[in-house]
Amino acid sequence: MSILDKFTPLAEARKGLAGLGADPFAVTFDSVSSPAEATIDGRPVLILGSNNYLGLTFDADVIADGLAALEKFGSGTTGSRIANGTFGGHHALERRIAEVFRRKHALTFSTGYQANLGMLMTLVGKDDTLLIDADSHASIYDGARMAAGQVIRFRHNDPDDLARRLRRLEGAPGETLVVIEGIYSMLGDRAPVAEIAAVKREHGVTLLVDEAHSFGVLGPNGLGAMEEAGVYDDADFIVGTFSKSLGSVGGYCVSDLDGFEILRLACRPYMFTASLPPSVIATTLKALDHVENRPELRQRLAANADRLYSGLAKAGFKLGAQVSPIVSVRLPDIPVAAAFWGALLAEGVYVNLALPPATPTLEPLLRTSVTAAHSFAQIDRAIAAIVAVGNRLGVIGADAVSSAQ
Amino acid sequence: MPVDMDIVDIIIAQLEKITPPGTRITPQSSIMGDLGLDSLTVMNFVMWLEDIFDISVPMDQIVEVESIADLAEALQKLGAKANS
Repeated sequence: MSILDKFTPLAEARKGLAGLGADPFAVTFDSVSSPAEATIDGRPVLILGSNNYLGLTFDADVIADGLAALEKFGSGTTGSRIANGTFGGHHALERRIAEVFRRKHALTFSTGYQANLGMLMTLVGKDDTLLIDADSHASIYDGARMAAGQVIRFRHNDPDDLARRLRRLEGAPGETLVVIEGIYSMLGDRAPVAEIAAVKREHGVTLLVDEAHSFGVLGPNGLGAMEEAGVYDDADFIVGTFSKSLGSVGGYCVSDLDGFEILRLACRPYMFTASLPPSVIATTLKALDHVENRPELRQRLAANADRLYSGLAKAGFKLGAQVSPIVSVRLPDIPVAAAFWGALLAEGVYVNLALPPATPTLEPLLRTSVTAAHSFAQIDRAIAAIVAVGNRLGVIGADAVSSAQ
Repeated sequence: MPVDMDIVDIIIAQLEKITPPGTRITPQSSIMGDLGLDSLTVMNFVMWLEDIFDISVPMDQIVEVESIADLAEALQKLGAKANS
Protein backbone atom coordinates (compact mmCIF):
# COMPACT_ATOMS: atom_id res chain seq x y z
CA MET A 1 0.00 0.00 0.00
CA SER A 2 1.22 3.47 -0.87
CA ILE A 3 -0.31 6.91 -0.60
CA LEU A 4 0.09 7.07 -4.38
CA ASP A 5 -2.03 3.96 -5.07
CA LYS A 6 -5.08 6.08 -5.85
CA PHE A 7 -3.35 7.28 -9.00
CA THR A 8 -3.01 3.78 -10.45
CA PRO A 9 -5.87 4.28 -12.97
CA LEU A 10 -4.27 7.53 -14.15
CA ALA A 11 -0.86 5.87 -14.44
CA GLU A 12 -2.42 3.04 -16.45
CA ALA A 13 -4.10 5.53 -18.78
CA ARG A 14 -0.79 7.26 -19.37
CA LYS A 15 0.95 3.94 -20.05
CA GLY A 16 -1.83 3.09 -22.50
CA LEU A 17 -1.22 6.35 -24.34
CA ALA A 18 2.52 5.71 -24.58
CA GLY A 19 1.66 2.23 -25.91
CA LEU A 20 -0.20 3.92 -28.77
CA GLY A 21 3.03 5.66 -29.77
CA ALA A 22 2.26 9.07 -28.27
CA ASP A 23 3.54 10.56 -25.09
CA PRO A 24 2.58 14.24 -25.25
CA PHE A 25 3.57 14.74 -21.62
CA ALA A 26 7.18 13.88 -22.48
CA VAL A 27 7.61 16.52 -25.19
CA THR A 28 10.61 18.72 -24.52
CA PHE A 29 11.67 21.61 -26.71
CA ASP A 30 15.46 21.57 -26.72
CA SER A 31 15.71 24.85 -28.59
CA VAL A 32 13.29 27.54 -29.70
CA SER A 33 14.32 29.95 -32.45
CA SER A 34 11.10 31.91 -33.06
CA PRO A 35 7.43 31.90 -32.04
CA ALA A 36 6.89 29.38 -34.84
CA GLU A 37 10.02 27.21 -34.86
CA ALA A 38 11.76 24.92 -32.39
CA THR A 39 13.56 21.61 -32.18
CA ILE A 40 12.38 18.48 -30.37
CA ASP A 41 14.89 15.64 -29.98
CA GLY A 42 17.20 17.58 -32.28
CA ARG A 43 14.64 17.71 -35.12
CA PRO A 44 13.11 20.96 -36.38
CA VAL A 45 9.38 21.40 -35.81
CA LEU A 46 6.80 23.99 -36.76
CA ILE A 47 5.03 25.10 -33.57
CA LEU A 48 1.28 25.03 -34.18
CA GLY A 49 0.18 24.96 -30.56
CA SER A 50 1.56 27.69 -28.31
CA ASN A 51 -1.03 30.37 -27.29
CA ASN A 52 1.70 32.82 -28.41
CA TYR A 53 -1.00 34.70 -30.32
CA LEU A 54 0.85 37.89 -31.23
CA GLY A 55 4.23 36.18 -31.58
CA LEU A 56 5.94 38.62 -29.21
CA THR A 57 8.28 36.23 -27.36
CA PHE A 58 11.24 37.05 -29.61
CA ASP A 59 10.44 40.72 -30.24
CA ALA A 60 13.71 42.67 -30.08
CA ASP A 61 12.32 45.51 -27.93
CA VAL A 62 10.65 43.08 -25.53
CA ILE A 63 13.93 41.19 -25.07
CA ALA A 64 15.96 44.41 -24.69
CA ASP A 65 13.67 45.70 -21.92
CA GLY A 66 13.74 42.32 -20.18
CA LEU A 67 17.55 42.23 -20.25
CA ALA A 68 17.82 45.79 -18.94
CA ALA A 69 15.48 45.02 -16.01
CA LEU A 70 17.37 41.80 -15.27
CA GLU A 71 20.62 43.74 -15.00
CA LYS A 72 19.16 46.62 -13.05
CA PHE A 73 16.96 44.75 -10.55
CA GLY A 74 18.38 41.21 -10.47
CA SER A 75 16.91 37.82 -11.25
CA GLY A 76 13.97 37.80 -8.86
CA THR A 77 12.18 39.61 -6.04
CA THR A 78 12.56 36.73 -3.54
CA GLY A 79 9.41 37.83 -1.78
CA SER A 80 5.66 38.23 -1.84
CA ARG A 81 3.79 41.40 -2.73
CA ILE A 82 2.86 42.03 0.94
CA ALA A 83 6.47 41.70 2.15
CA ASN A 84 9.63 42.53 0.19
CA GLY A 85 8.30 41.60 -3.28
CA THR A 86 6.79 44.91 -4.45
CA PHE A 87 9.14 46.90 -6.69
CA GLY A 88 8.30 50.06 -8.62
CA GLY A 89 7.75 47.92 -11.71
CA HIS A 90 4.84 46.04 -10.10
CA HIS A 91 3.00 49.32 -9.47
CA ALA A 92 3.88 50.56 -12.96
CA LEU A 93 2.51 47.38 -14.55
CA GLU A 94 -0.70 47.54 -12.51
CA ARG A 95 -1.23 51.19 -13.50
CA ARG A 96 -0.53 50.33 -17.14
CA ILE A 97 -2.91 47.33 -17.18
CA ALA A 98 -5.65 49.48 -15.62
CA GLU A 99 -5.00 52.19 -18.24
CA VAL A 100 -5.11 49.72 -21.16
CA PHE A 101 -8.42 48.25 -19.87
CA ARG A 102 -9.84 51.70 -18.95
CA ARG A 103 -10.56 50.49 -15.41
CA LYS A 104 -9.67 52.13 -12.08
CA HIS A 105 -8.00 49.16 -10.45
CA ALA A 106 -5.67 46.32 -11.41
CA LEU A 107 -4.18 43.49 -9.40
CA THR A 108 -1.39 41.33 -10.80
CA PHE A 109 -0.77 37.70 -9.91
CA SER A 110 2.22 35.44 -10.48
CA THR A 111 0.25 33.23 -12.91
CA GLY A 112 -3.07 33.37 -14.71
CA TYR A 113 -4.15 30.24 -12.85
CA GLN A 114 -3.63 32.04 -9.56
CA ALA A 115 -5.62 35.04 -10.81
CA ASN A 116 -8.74 32.90 -11.26
CA LEU A 117 -8.08 30.89 -8.12
CA GLY A 118 -7.57 34.07 -6.10
CA MET A 119 -10.49 36.08 -7.46
CA LEU A 120 -13.10 33.32 -7.21
CA MET A 121 -12.15 32.01 -3.78
CA THR A 122 -11.93 35.55 -2.38
CA LEU A 123 -15.03 37.11 -3.96
CA VAL A 124 -17.44 34.27 -3.20
CA GLY A 125 -18.22 34.18 0.53
CA LYS A 126 -20.30 31.58 2.31
CA ASP A 127 -23.70 33.19 1.59
CA ASP A 128 -22.84 33.98 -2.03
CA THR A 129 -23.47 31.85 -5.12
CA LEU A 130 -21.04 31.26 -7.96
CA LEU A 131 -22.34 30.29 -11.40
CA ILE A 132 -19.76 28.93 -13.82
CA ASP A 133 -19.98 27.79 -17.44
CA ALA A 134 -19.77 23.99 -17.60
CA ASP A 135 -16.78 24.17 -19.98
CA SER A 136 -14.73 26.45 -17.71
CA HIS A 137 -10.96 26.15 -17.45
CA ALA A 138 -9.46 24.13 -14.59
CA SER A 139 -8.39 27.34 -12.82
CA ILE A 140 -12.06 28.40 -12.61
CA TYR A 141 -13.15 24.98 -11.36
CA ASP A 142 -10.37 25.01 -8.77
CA GLY A 143 -11.19 28.57 -7.64
CA ALA A 144 -14.81 27.43 -7.35
CA ARG A 145 -13.81 24.47 -5.19
CA MET A 146 -11.99 26.81 -2.83
CA ALA A 147 -14.86 29.30 -2.66
CA ALA A 148 -16.96 29.16 0.51
CA GLY A 149 -20.31 29.62 -1.25
CA GLN A 150 -22.44 27.32 -3.40
CA VAL A 151 -21.21 26.58 -6.91
CA ILE A 152 -23.66 25.93 -9.74
CA ARG A 153 -22.76 25.05 -13.32
CA PHE A 154 -24.78 26.28 -16.28
CA ARG A 155 -24.77 24.74 -19.76
CA HIS A 156 -21.88 25.86 -21.92
CA ASN A 157 -22.59 29.13 -23.76
CA ASP A 158 -26.30 28.92 -22.89
CA PRO A 159 -27.71 32.28 -21.70
CA ASP A 160 -31.21 30.76 -21.31
CA ASP A 161 -29.92 28.08 -18.94
CA LEU A 162 -28.05 30.78 -17.01
CA ALA A 163 -31.25 32.85 -16.77
CA ARG A 164 -33.24 29.81 -15.57
CA ARG A 165 -30.70 29.16 -12.83
CA LEU A 166 -30.68 32.83 -11.79
CA ARG A 167 -34.49 32.74 -11.53
CA ARG A 168 -34.23 29.70 -9.24
CA LEU A 169 -31.91 31.71 -7.00
CA GLU A 170 -34.34 34.60 -6.52
CA GLY A 171 -34.66 35.35 -2.82
CA ALA A 172 -31.43 33.55 -1.93
CA PRO A 173 -29.19 35.45 0.47
CA GLY A 174 -25.85 36.93 -0.60
CA GLU A 175 -24.43 38.05 -3.91
CA THR A 176 -24.26 36.10 -7.17
CA LEU A 177 -21.14 35.99 -9.33
CA VAL A 178 -21.32 34.70 -12.90
CA VAL A 179 -18.08 33.58 -14.56
CA ILE A 180 -17.54 33.13 -18.29
CA GLU A 181 -14.57 33.06 -20.67
CA GLY A 182 -14.22 35.23 -23.78
CA ILE A 183 -12.77 32.39 -25.90
CA TYR A 184 -12.89 28.82 -24.59
CA SER A 185 -9.50 27.20 -24.81
CA MET A 186 -10.37 23.74 -26.09
CA LEU A 187 -12.53 24.44 -29.17
CA GLY A 188 -11.84 28.16 -29.60
CA ASP A 189 -15.51 29.10 -29.41
CA ARG A 190 -16.53 32.54 -28.10
CA ALA A 191 -19.05 33.11 -25.33
CA PRO A 192 -22.31 34.76 -26.49
CA VAL A 193 -21.28 37.74 -24.38
CA ALA A 194 -23.98 40.19 -25.54
CA GLU A 195 -26.74 37.77 -24.52
CA ILE A 196 -25.02 36.89 -21.25
CA ALA A 197 -24.52 40.60 -20.47
CA ALA A 198 -28.26 41.13 -21.02
CA VAL A 199 -29.08 38.31 -18.56
CA LYS A 200 -26.59 39.81 -16.11
CA ARG A 201 -28.27 43.23 -16.31
CA GLU A 202 -31.76 41.79 -15.99
CA HIS A 203 -30.88 39.89 -12.81
CA GLY A 204 -28.53 42.49 -11.33
CA VAL A 205 -25.70 40.03 -10.72
CA THR A 206 -21.93 40.49 -10.88
CA LEU A 207 -20.04 39.31 -13.99
CA LEU A 208 -16.42 38.18 -14.19
CA VAL A 209 -15.02 37.51 -17.66
CA ASP A 210 -11.81 35.56 -18.22
CA GLU A 211 -10.27 37.02 -21.38
CA ALA A 212 -7.11 34.85 -21.18
CA HIS A 213 -7.40 33.68 -24.79
CA SER A 214 -9.10 36.80 -26.17
CA PHE A 215 -7.04 39.74 -24.86
CA GLY A 216 -4.86 41.02 -27.70
CA VAL A 217 -6.96 38.90 -30.04
CA LEU A 218 -10.55 40.25 -30.19
CA GLY A 219 -12.05 43.74 -30.18
CA PRO A 220 -11.14 47.06 -31.82
CA ASN A 221 -8.47 47.67 -29.15
CA GLY A 222 -7.73 44.01 -28.49
CA LEU A 223 -9.49 44.10 -25.10
CA GLY A 224 -11.32 40.84 -25.73
CA ALA A 225 -14.74 39.35 -26.44
CA MET A 226 -16.68 41.88 -24.34
CA GLU A 227 -15.19 44.78 -26.29
CA GLU A 228 -15.75 43.02 -29.60
CA ALA A 229 -19.47 42.59 -28.81
CA GLY A 230 -19.94 46.17 -27.59
CA VAL A 231 -20.78 45.17 -23.99
CA TYR A 232 -17.41 46.03 -22.49
CA ASP A 233 -18.87 47.97 -19.54
CA ASP A 234 -20.90 44.96 -18.38
CA ALA A 235 -17.80 43.13 -17.14
CA ASP A 236 -17.45 43.94 -13.43
CA PHE A 237 -14.17 42.05 -13.35
CA ILE A 238 -11.88 41.06 -16.21
CA VAL A 239 -9.29 38.38 -15.49
CA GLY A 240 -6.49 37.47 -17.84
CA THR A 241 -2.97 36.24 -18.28
CA PHE A 242 0.38 37.60 -19.45
CA SER A 243 1.31 34.16 -20.77
CA LYS A 244 -0.54 34.14 -24.08
CA SER A 245 -0.73 37.27 -26.28
CA LEU A 246 1.75 39.07 -24.00
CA GLY A 247 4.33 36.30 -24.21
CA SER A 248 5.51 36.19 -20.57
CA VAL A 249 3.91 34.79 -17.42
CA GLY A 250 1.55 36.15 -14.78
CA GLY A 251 -2.11 37.05 -14.36
CA TYR A 252 -4.29 40.06 -13.60
CA CYS A 253 -7.72 41.24 -12.64
CA VAL A 254 -9.08 44.70 -13.46
CA SER A 255 -12.22 46.36 -12.13
CA ASP A 256 -13.95 49.70 -11.56
CA LEU A 257 -15.55 48.50 -8.35
CA ASP A 258 -14.99 50.78 -5.35
CA GLY A 259 -13.18 49.02 -2.53
CA PHE A 260 -11.28 46.72 -4.92
CA GLU A 261 -7.88 47.56 -3.38
CA ILE A 262 -8.71 45.71 -0.13
CA LEU A 263 -8.25 42.47 -2.08
CA ARG A 264 -4.51 43.02 -1.67
CA LEU A 265 -5.03 42.06 1.97
CA ALA A 266 -7.69 39.40 1.47
CA CYS A 267 -6.72 37.43 -1.61
CA ARG A 268 -4.39 34.66 -0.48
CA PRO A 269 -3.08 33.53 -3.93
CA TYR A 270 -2.04 37.18 -4.42
CA MET A 271 -0.51 37.53 -0.95
CA PHE A 272 1.32 34.31 -0.22
CA THR A 273 3.47 33.68 -3.27
CA ALA A 274 6.60 35.27 -4.73
CA SER A 275 5.87 38.26 -6.95
CA LEU A 276 6.78 38.37 -10.64
CA PRO A 277 10.50 38.85 -11.44
CA PRO A 278 11.42 42.37 -12.68
CA SER A 279 12.41 41.05 -16.12
CA VAL A 280 8.92 39.58 -16.58
CA ILE A 281 7.37 42.89 -15.54
CA ALA A 282 9.52 44.69 -18.11
CA THR A 283 8.77 42.34 -21.02
CA THR A 284 5.06 42.44 -20.20
CA LEU A 285 5.03 46.24 -20.17
CA LYS A 286 6.71 46.34 -23.58
CA ALA A 287 4.34 43.71 -24.98
CA LEU A 288 1.38 45.86 -23.83
CA ASP A 289 2.80 48.71 -25.94
CA HIS A 290 2.72 46.39 -28.95
CA VAL A 291 -0.90 45.40 -28.28
CA GLU A 292 -1.82 49.09 -28.21
CA ASN A 293 0.33 50.36 -31.07
CA ARG A 294 0.36 47.50 -33.55
CA PRO A 295 -3.21 46.53 -34.50
CA GLU A 296 -1.69 44.92 -37.60
CA LEU A 297 -0.60 42.03 -35.36
CA ARG A 298 -4.26 41.25 -34.60
CA GLN A 299 -5.14 41.51 -38.28
CA ARG A 300 -2.32 39.15 -39.19
CA LEU A 301 -3.43 36.72 -36.47
CA ALA A 302 -7.02 36.81 -37.73
CA ALA A 303 -5.87 36.17 -41.31
CA ASN A 304 -3.77 33.21 -40.16
CA ALA A 305 -6.64 31.81 -38.09
CA ASP A 306 -8.98 32.11 -41.04
CA ARG A 307 -6.51 30.42 -43.38
CA LEU A 308 -5.96 27.43 -41.07
CA TYR A 309 -9.64 27.03 -40.16
CA SER A 310 -10.91 27.26 -43.73
CA GLY A 311 -8.15 25.01 -45.03
CA LEU A 312 -9.00 22.26 -42.55
CA ALA A 313 -12.77 22.76 -42.90
CA LYS A 314 -12.49 22.52 -46.70
CA ALA A 315 -10.54 19.28 -46.34
CA GLY A 316 -13.51 17.87 -44.41
CA PHE A 317 -12.30 17.84 -40.81
CA LYS A 318 -14.72 18.21 -37.94
CA LEU A 319 -13.75 21.46 -36.19
CA GLY A 320 -15.02 23.83 -33.51
CA ALA A 321 -18.00 26.03 -34.37
CA GLN A 322 -16.19 29.32 -34.90
CA VAL A 323 -13.02 30.65 -36.50
CA SER A 324 -10.54 31.70 -33.82
CA PRO A 325 -6.78 31.43 -33.28
CA ILE A 326 -7.55 28.09 -31.60
CA VAL A 327 -8.47 25.55 -34.26
CA SER A 328 -9.25 22.09 -32.91
CA VAL A 329 -9.72 18.95 -34.96
CA ARG A 330 -12.32 16.73 -33.29
CA LEU A 331 -11.47 13.04 -33.46
CA PRO A 332 -13.51 9.92 -32.72
CA ASP A 333 -11.34 8.19 -30.14
CA ILE A 334 -8.07 8.26 -28.21
CA PRO A 335 -6.15 5.68 -30.31
CA VAL A 336 -6.82 7.68 -33.50
CA ALA A 337 -5.98 10.97 -31.77
CA ALA A 338 -2.72 9.56 -30.36
CA ALA A 339 -1.69 8.13 -33.73
CA PHE A 340 -2.59 11.43 -35.44
CA TRP A 341 -0.59 13.49 -32.95
CA GLY A 342 2.47 11.21 -33.19
CA ALA A 343 2.37 11.15 -37.00
CA LEU A 344 2.20 14.95 -37.16
CA LEU A 345 5.18 15.28 -34.87
CA ALA A 346 7.09 12.86 -37.11
CA GLU A 347 6.16 15.17 -40.02
CA GLY A 348 7.66 18.08 -38.09
CA VAL A 349 4.42 19.73 -36.94
CA TYR A 350 3.83 20.15 -33.21
CA VAL A 351 0.21 20.49 -32.01
CA ASN A 352 -1.43 19.95 -28.61
CA LEU A 353 -3.17 16.66 -27.87
CA ALA A 354 -6.19 17.30 -25.62
CA LEU A 355 -7.88 14.30 -24.04
CA PRO A 356 -11.11 13.85 -22.06
CA PRO A 357 -11.96 14.80 -19.31
CA ALA A 358 -10.05 18.01 -20.14
CA THR A 359 -12.14 18.29 -23.32
CA PRO A 360 -15.79 19.45 -23.40
CA THR A 361 -17.06 16.11 -24.73
CA LEU A 362 -15.65 12.59 -24.91
CA GLU A 363 -14.01 13.48 -28.24
CA PRO A 364 -10.24 13.91 -28.03
CA LEU A 365 -8.89 16.98 -29.82
CA LEU A 366 -5.86 17.87 -31.86
CA ARG A 367 -5.67 21.42 -30.61
CA THR A 368 -3.78 23.84 -32.79
CA SER A 369 -3.25 27.54 -32.33
CA VAL A 370 -1.83 30.09 -34.71
CA THR A 371 0.27 33.17 -34.04
CA ALA A 372 0.70 36.44 -35.91
CA ALA A 373 4.28 35.27 -36.47
CA HIS A 374 3.25 32.37 -38.74
CA SER A 375 3.71 32.95 -42.47
CA PHE A 376 1.02 31.78 -44.89
CA ALA A 377 3.63 29.30 -46.19
CA GLN A 378 3.94 27.80 -42.71
CA ILE A 379 0.15 27.60 -42.27
CA ASP A 380 -0.16 25.93 -45.69
CA ARG A 381 2.57 23.44 -44.80
CA ALA A 382 0.72 22.58 -41.58
CA ILE A 383 -2.59 22.12 -43.44
CA ALA A 384 -0.90 19.83 -45.98
CA ALA A 385 0.64 17.71 -43.20
CA ILE A 386 -2.64 17.48 -41.25
CA VAL A 387 -4.60 16.55 -44.38
CA ALA A 388 -2.03 13.92 -45.39
CA VAL A 389 -2.10 12.26 -41.96
CA GLY A 390 -5.91 12.58 -41.76
CA ASN A 391 -6.26 10.81 -45.11
CA ARG A 392 -3.88 8.07 -44.03
CA LEU A 393 -5.87 7.50 -40.83
CA GLY A 394 -9.22 7.73 -42.62
CA VAL A 395 -10.68 10.43 -40.37
CA ILE A 396 -11.70 12.85 -43.12
CA GLY A 397 -15.02 12.23 -44.72
CA ALA A 398 -18.76 12.55 -44.91
CA ASP A 399 -19.28 11.78 -41.22
CA ALA A 400 -16.61 14.24 -40.09
CA VAL A 401 -18.21 17.49 -41.28
CA SER A 402 -17.50 20.71 -39.43
CA SER A 403 -20.31 21.38 -36.98
CA ALA A 404 -21.11 22.99 -33.67
CA GLN A 405 -22.01 19.78 -31.87
CA MET B 1 -37.36 12.02 5.21
CA PRO B 2 -38.08 8.83 3.26
CA VAL B 3 -36.76 8.69 -0.28
CA ASP B 4 -39.49 9.44 -2.82
CA MET B 5 -39.57 6.30 -4.97
CA ASP B 6 -41.15 8.22 -7.84
CA ILE B 7 -37.99 10.34 -8.06
CA VAL B 8 -35.91 7.14 -7.96
CA ASP B 9 -38.00 5.74 -10.84
CA ILE B 10 -37.47 8.87 -12.94
CA ILE B 11 -33.71 8.66 -12.36
CA ILE B 12 -33.60 4.96 -13.24
CA ALA B 13 -35.70 5.47 -16.39
CA GLN B 14 -33.25 8.08 -17.60
CA LEU B 15 -30.17 6.03 -16.66
CA GLU B 16 -31.54 3.14 -18.74
CA LYS B 17 -31.23 5.38 -21.80
CA ILE B 18 -27.51 5.99 -21.29
CA THR B 19 -26.33 2.56 -20.08
CA PRO B 20 -25.93 -0.61 -22.19
CA PRO B 21 -29.23 -2.52 -22.71
CA GLY B 22 -29.89 -5.02 -19.93
CA THR B 23 -27.82 -3.16 -17.30
CA ARG B 24 -29.30 -3.98 -13.86
CA ILE B 25 -30.10 -0.70 -12.12
CA THR B 26 -31.43 -0.58 -8.54
CA PRO B 27 -31.78 2.28 -6.03
CA GLN B 28 -28.58 0.99 -4.43
CA SER B 29 -26.54 0.98 -7.67
CA SER B 30 -23.46 3.17 -7.47
CA ILE B 31 -23.69 5.62 -10.37
CA MET B 32 -19.97 5.82 -11.18
CA GLY B 33 -18.96 2.36 -9.88
CA ASP B 34 -21.72 -0.10 -10.89
CA LEU B 35 -22.96 1.68 -13.99
CA GLY B 36 -19.50 2.59 -15.24
CA LEU B 37 -20.46 6.13 -16.24
CA ASP B 38 -17.62 8.64 -16.67
CA SER B 39 -17.67 11.96 -14.85
CA LEU B 40 -18.62 13.98 -17.96
CA THR B 41 -21.65 11.77 -18.60
CA VAL B 42 -22.72 12.01 -14.95
CA MET B 43 -22.46 15.82 -15.02
CA ASN B 44 -24.61 16.02 -18.16
CA PHE B 45 -27.06 13.54 -16.67
CA VAL B 46 -27.41 15.74 -13.56
CA MET B 47 -28.09 18.76 -15.79
CA TRP B 48 -30.93 16.83 -17.41
CA LEU B 49 -32.40 16.05 -13.96
CA GLU B 50 -32.08 19.73 -13.01
CA ASP B 51 -34.28 20.61 -16.01
CA ILE B 52 -36.85 17.92 -15.16
CA PHE B 53 -37.21 19.04 -11.55
CA ASP B 54 -36.50 22.76 -12.14
CA ILE B 55 -33.76 22.91 -9.51
CA SER B 56 -30.00 23.63 -9.51
CA VAL B 57 -27.76 21.10 -7.79
CA PRO B 58 -24.68 22.71 -6.21
CA MET B 59 -21.44 20.98 -7.26
CA ASP B 60 -20.41 19.94 -3.73
CA GLN B 61 -23.65 17.97 -3.41
CA ILE B 62 -23.01 16.06 -6.64
CA VAL B 63 -19.61 14.97 -5.30
CA GLU B 64 -21.20 13.43 -2.20
CA VAL B 65 -23.64 11.30 -4.19
CA GLU B 66 -22.78 7.59 -4.47
CA SER B 67 -25.97 5.64 -5.16
CA ILE B 68 -29.18 6.42 -7.02
CA ALA B 69 -31.00 6.62 -3.66
CA ASP B 70 -28.45 9.22 -2.47
CA LEU B 71 -29.07 11.24 -5.63
CA ALA B 72 -32.86 11.05 -5.19
CA GLU B 73 -32.51 12.21 -1.59
CA ALA B 74 -30.26 15.13 -2.60
CA LEU B 75 -32.73 16.20 -5.32
CA GLN B 76 -35.64 15.92 -2.87
CA LYS B 77 -33.87 18.14 -0.33
CA LEU B 78 -33.37 20.73 -3.07
CA GLY B 79 -37.13 20.75 -3.64
CA ALA B 80 -37.55 18.18 -6.42
CA LYS B 81 -41.08 16.78 -6.78
CA ALA B 82 -41.84 13.77 -8.93
CA ASN B 83 -45.05 15.28 -10.31
CA SER B 84 -43.54 18.65 -11.26
